[in-house]
Amino acid sequence: MDIVVNLLLNGLATGMLIFLLAAGLTLIFGLMDVLNFSHGGLFAWGAYAGVWMFALTGSFLASIAGAVIAGVVIGYIMERWIIRPVYGNHLQQILVTMGVMLVLGELLKVFWGPNTINAPVPSYLSGSWQIGGVILIKYRLFIIIVGLIVYLALHFLLNRTKLGLVVRAGVMNKEMIQALGYNIKRIFTLVFVLGAGMAALGGVLFAPYSGAVFSEMGLQFAILAFIVVVIGGMGSVKGSALASLLVGLSGAFMAYYLPDLSLAVNMLLMVFVLLVKPSGLFGIKG
Amino acid sequence: METRDLTVVFGGHAAVNGVDLTVPRNHFQSIIGPNGAGKTTLFNLISGQLRPSKGSILFKGTDITRLSPPLRTRMGMGRSFQITNVFPNLTVLENVRLAVQSRSGVRYNFFSALSRFDWMREEAFSLLETVMLDKKSDSPAKSLAHGEQRKLEIAMLLALKSDLLLFDEPTAGISVEEVPAILDVIRRIKAEGGRTILLIEHKMEMVLDLSDSVTVLFNGKFLANGSPKEIMDNELVQSAYLGGHYDDAS
Repeated sequence: MDIVVNLLLNGLATGMLIFLLAAGLTLIFGLMDVLNFSHGGLFAWGAYAGVWMFALTGSFLASIAGAVIAGVVIGYIMERWIIRPVYGNHLQQILVTMGVMLVLGELLKVFWGPNTINAPVPSYLSGSWQIGGVILIKYRLFIIIVGLIVYLALHFLLNRTKLGLVVRAGVMNKEMIQALGYNIKRIFTLVFVLGAGMAALGGVLFAPYSGAVFSEMGLQFAILAFIVVVIGGMGSVKGSALASLLVGLSGAFMAYYLPDLSLAVNMLLMVFVLLVKPSGLFGIKG
Repeated sequence: METRDLTVVFGGHAAVNGVDLTVPRNHFQSIIGPNGAGKTTLFNLISGQLRPSKGSILFKGTDITRLSPPLRTRMGMGRSFQITNVFPNLTVLENVRLAVQSRSGVRYNFFSALSRFDWMREEAFSLLETVMLDKKSDSPAKSLAHGEQRKLEIAMLLALKSDLLLFDEPTAGISVEEVPAILDVIRRIKAEGGRTILLIEHKMEMVLDLSDSVTVLFNGKFLANGSPKEIMDNELVQSAYLGGHYDDAS
C-alpha cells in the first residue's frame, strides 16, 4: 500500500515538472508553429539560477523568483533575436534552437564550472510526514501543489482573460486573427516568455528534487515534454496536463514493477495515441 | 469610396478594365454582371488583396491604392469572403468578442479578466441580436449550420465598426431555406444606417429589393449604373446580361 502511494506521488511530481515544460512548448508550437528544442536549456538555467540564488540569500522563495526572472529574460532575448528571424521555417528552427540548447548548456559551465552542484532542499520542506504507516515526502507534495497552482493559473489566463481569448483563437487560425487586426508577433513574444518562465520554474523545482544540478539536466525532461506535447495534442494545455501525468505515472510505476520497460513505455504510449488519434488527446490542429 | 480608371491585367487579359465607380456615403450599391465580369476581382482590388495595374482607389477622400489590407481594415473597410471564416472551437459569443476587443486596442489591459458584465460582452451580445444568433451565443461556432456561420461572420464584420462593408455573395453555398434569414440580416444592417454597403449577388430579387443603385459590369468593363428600375429597363443591360428577356421573378 505505502509503495503504491509513494509511486503515485513520485509519478505525479515528475508529471508536474514535465507539465511545466510541456505547457510552454505546446502553446509555442500551437500559436506560431515554432519547434523549440532549446526549452530544456531554459529548464537547466532555471535550476542553476535558483541554486545560485539560494546559496546567496538562503531563501527558497528568492531562489524561485530568481529562476523565473532568468527564464523570462533569456526567453525574451531568444524570441526577439533568434526565433523571430526563422518564423515559418521548421528546418531552420530545429537547427537554430538545437544550437541555442548547446550554447545555453556550455554557458552554464562557463559561469558555474563543469561539475555537478548540490541543490539542498529548504529545511521547512525537507523530511516527510507519516500518516497511518504511509510516508509522504514533503517536497514531492510541494511540487504537486505548485504544479496544480500553475495549471489553474494558466487555465484562468487562457479561458478568462482577453489575452487568453486571443491566444486560443490564434492557435486555431492565425491568419484570421491577423485579419481582425491583432499583432500576432507581439502576442507570440508574450506567450514565448511565459513558456520560458514556466520552464525555468520547472528547473528550480527539480533541483532539490534530484539533489544536484548539471548542465545537461534539461535534455531528459525536454524529450519527455515533447512526447507529452504529441500525446496531449499540439496547442492544448489541457491535453499536455493530462499527458504529463500519464507519462509521469507510467514512468514511476514501470520503473518499479518492470524496470526494463520504463524507458520504452513513454514511446509506446506515444505510438499508441498517434495510431488511435493522430491529432493527440485534445489536439486542435490536425 | 471611389475608383478611378481601375484596371488589372492578368497575362494580357484585363479582368477589370478602366472602371470608374463612385459610391456615395451611406449608399447601398449592388454590383451585378455575368460570371467572369470581374466583380470579385473588383472587390479584391478595393480591399487590397490585389494591386491594380493602373488607376487608383479613394476611400474617405484619401488615396489608398498602395495601402495593405490590414491598414484598410483599420480605416474602416470590412469585407466578407465567399468562404466562411470563423473560429470553430470558440463559442459564438467569443468569436464576436474577439472582433470587438480587437477594435478597442489589445495593448491596453491585456491581462484583465473577461468579466461577465463588461461593455465588450454586451456589445458582442447586441451584435448577435442584430444577426439573430443571440440564442446560440454559448454554442461552439462549429456546431452552427452553414448559413448561421455566415451570419456570425457578418456580426464579426460589424464588430469591427467598418463603415464600408463589402459583401461578396453572402448567400453563396447556403441552403435555400437559410437565404431569407441572411437577407433579413442585411436588411437590418441597411436599416440601422450609417454604413456604406457594396454587394455582389446573383439573386436578382435580393438586389432589386435592397439596392439604392445597381452597377453592371460586363467583361471587366463598366456597362451601366442606375436605380434598380432603370437597370431593369435598360436595353443594353438586358441584351448583355439578361439575354434580352427577363421575366419578373418576384
